[in-house]
Amino acid sequence: MKYTGQVIRFGDNVDTDVIIPARYLNTSDRAELAKHCMEDLDPTFAGRVQQGNILVAGQNFGCGSSREHAPIAIQASGIPLVIAKSFARIFYRNAINIGLAIIECPAAADAVREGDSIEADLDHGIIRNLTTGAEYQTEPFPPFIQTIISHGGLMQAVRDGAL
Amino acid sequence: MGMTMTQKILAAHAGLSSVSAGQLLLADVDCVLGNDITSPVAIRAFDALGAERVFDRDKIVMVMDHFVPNKDIKAAEQCKMCRNFCGTQHVTHFYDVGKMGIEHALLPEQGLVTAGDLVIGADSHTCTYGALGAFSTGVGSTDMACGMATGKAWFKVPSAIRIVLHGSLRKYVSGKDVILHLIGRIGVDGALYRSLEFTGAGVQALSVSDRLCIANMAIEAGAKNGIFAVDDLTLAYLRSHGAAEPKIYAADADAEYEQTVEIDLSQIEPTVAFPHLPENTKTFDAIGKIPVDQVVIGSCTNGRLEDLRAAAEIMEGRTCAKGVRVIVIPATQQIYLDAMAEGLLKIFVESGAVVSTPTCGPCLGGYMGILAKGERAVATTNRNFVGRMGHPESEVYLASPATAAASAVTGFITSPWEVMQ
Repeated sequence: MKYTGQVIRFGDNVDTDVIIPARYLNTSDRAELAKHCMEDLDPTFAGRVQQGNILVAGQNFGCGSSREHAPIAIQASGIPLVIAKSFARIFYRNAINIGLAIIECPAAADAVREGDSIEADLDHGIIRNLTTGAEYQTEPFPPFIQTIISHGGLMQAVRDGAL
Repeated sequence: MGMTMTQKILAAHAGLSSVSAGQLLLADVDCVLGNDITSPVAIRAFDALGAERVFDRDKIVMVMDHFVPNKDIKAAEQCKMCRNFCGTQHVTHFYDVGKMGIEHALLPEQGLVTAGDLVIGADSHTCTYGALGAFSTGVGSTDMACGMATGKAWFKVPSAIRIVLHGSLRKYVSGKDVILHLIGRIGVDGALYRSLEFTGAGVQALSVSDRLCIANMAIEAGAKNGIFAVDDLTLAYLRSHGAAEPKIYAADADAEYEQTVEIDLSQIEPTVAFPHLPENTKTFDAIGKIPVDQVVIGSCTNGRLEDLRAAAEIMEGRTCAKGVRVIVIPATQQIYLDAMAEGLLKIFVESGAVVSTPTCGPCLGGYMGILAKGERAVATTNRNFVGRMGHPESEVYLASPATAAASAVTGFITSPWEVMQ
């Protein structure tokens, strides 16, 4: 799987309360959640995010609450992929379970800048910065997780009897 | 290579004789938990899966606790969806208004978790039950849906950090101060993907309530779970709450730990986490005169009877400072009744505080104590992220019930040692 897109950057410890504040958790409507994605961190986000943008962040992305509304809000904003130095563990599994692609790559997360165009090849664990020409190698997912991802998420994998 | 306590529980539930860190496995779960926020998403996924029946109606627990009594129409619709699902599926443990409590105080109280269990919950503070010797961890709604349908969940076997506790706590110092101290030392991602295993002679000096509080905030260090070795206190607690027969797992002597952290409980001081991360901890030698607008005493972290007793001891015969709104939230109906019988609620109300029905409300900025722009709260809750309790420009300071109570009566962030000297 390959993704190409322009980068929107965030820092360390982006928590699920800022990804989608609890005052909007009285709904699980995807479009409604997308409207308020990142609102408390960057009120301009919902207005400027475009289909295919790639999110790049620092350490411990998605820390805090287990709310799946957080990866859903990101996915519903049109973002197919999040690259970070590290992910909080519940966000990590939620993203995999709902089919939002994620990559842990400290080197890329440090170097890539807001607005850069990047290409990520999940099968080979390669991230290319098309703006600067830099290339980064990451560990591909273990087969068990690749199975979930290739089925588009946990529910489909269960439905297909793949686990 | 030996196994940690967590690894042994995972191995047993995956039907394996041994597992090692990093291994991915599918395990049987003993309990699948959800609340009124996360369950609706899970119910939709469950329906989309085409599943007809939950795998075991006795092993699903659904608690309406975040936005109940319903804070608005949308919240009411979410609860209705949960109520209908549990009715159709004949879910045994559905807790609605009048029976509900804050889930992580409720499940241990109702005896729904025992030592050796594997529990998943679509709520990050599900790690609380590690205090009772269970492997218990927060997951998302899709995991909950899968768990309800199949009775299974996938896990990456965690490595571990050993926390060795020595000594015993001083007066007016509690489990909350211990866990804030630890998070301050290792950071909000200091235990990322790992288990925190609490051992040492100091464990026996901690009440089960303190242990529940400490395990509850393991997630705030990024941990997959926090777990305590089982001792006589654990077993007595499980027995008195009617829990199922415990299965005791102990770490092997040669279990591998990535790191060992030693904590002398007798050296722990009242500790406060400053905005906007639980790792921003300070003790009172480094805290100036910081005025507060609101104090919240409650939550899954600190809404148990012992917490209310600690707060009431300080507030008895004192008055909440002018301009400070003090909200006390017993975590379950039983705690509410017990606090009433002990006269604690009278002490709170006479001091000028309000006492609420059990709810997660203010902790996550849902309702029942939202902060305005620029306002500041001391709370016994678990997170102080930007906007956690209301306006993005409000502030939350995390502290123990004793520190929160001391701050309520002075109007400034205050050590209980100062008020009670």
